Amino acid sequence: MAIDVRIPTILRTFTGGAKSVEGSGDTLDELIADLDTRHAGLRGRLVDDSGLRRFVNVYLNDEDVRFLGGLDAKVKDGDTVTVLPAVAGGMR
Amino acid sequence: MLTIPRALVDQVIAHARADHPDEACGVIAGPAGSDRAERFIAMTNAERSPTFYRFDSMEQLRVWREMDEREEEPVVIYHSHTATEAYPSRTDISYATEPSAHYLLVSTREPDEAEVRSFLIVDGQVTEEEIQFSGGAAE
Repeated sequence: MAIDVRIPTILRTFTGGAKSVEGSGDTLDELIADLDTRHAGLRGRLVDDSGLRRFVNVYLNDEDVRFLGGLDAKVKDGDTVTVLPAVAGGMR
Repeated sequence: MLTIPRALVDQVIAHARADHPDEACGVIAGPAGSDRAERFIAMTNAERSPTFYRFDSMEQLRVWREMDEREEEPVVIYHSHTATEAYPSRTDISYATEPSAHYLLVSTREPDEAEVRSFLIVDGQVTEEEIQFSGGAAE
């Protein structure tokens, strides 16, 4: 089973420079845990105590997973998961 | 140093003025690895706030995928400060996650004069850089 996960520049230190990696799982949570077994520390950059980190965007195919149940989103073989850190800031 | 066509900086300032007092934000894309700012892309500030900005998540996906298809990268990430100086704030630094981008800041706190400054923000370190205007045309 393979799910393609696209990794943004800033997280490629966890993947040896790879722009995409493969993983498996039935939910996004399982997929991320699976990736973390081969890319230690990656999960910590995506997930915190309340679920997916607020300023990281995760997409399942063409949708933002925030609308698909977050970490409970169902994933399957052939899906593409894309991670993009939010671009944000402000005066403070 | 950021080398950029004057016309693109003018577009950034115009966007900042148009959205004032909300913060404006966007990207200038260029060929991957070239460090050339060529293609202006105004982004929606999903926060619509005078003190905070955030790219809309679906718009960001679309733009990032488009840059990928065009073999481009975000050379400049710009945003405006509407009441403070054109210098990266603590939140700007925390959320600077494109290590090779030039972070262009515009302040619209003065009605007659736009302050424009550029910075590199890598691993939480801010380095101001000179802006050199080139005569290139905006795409």
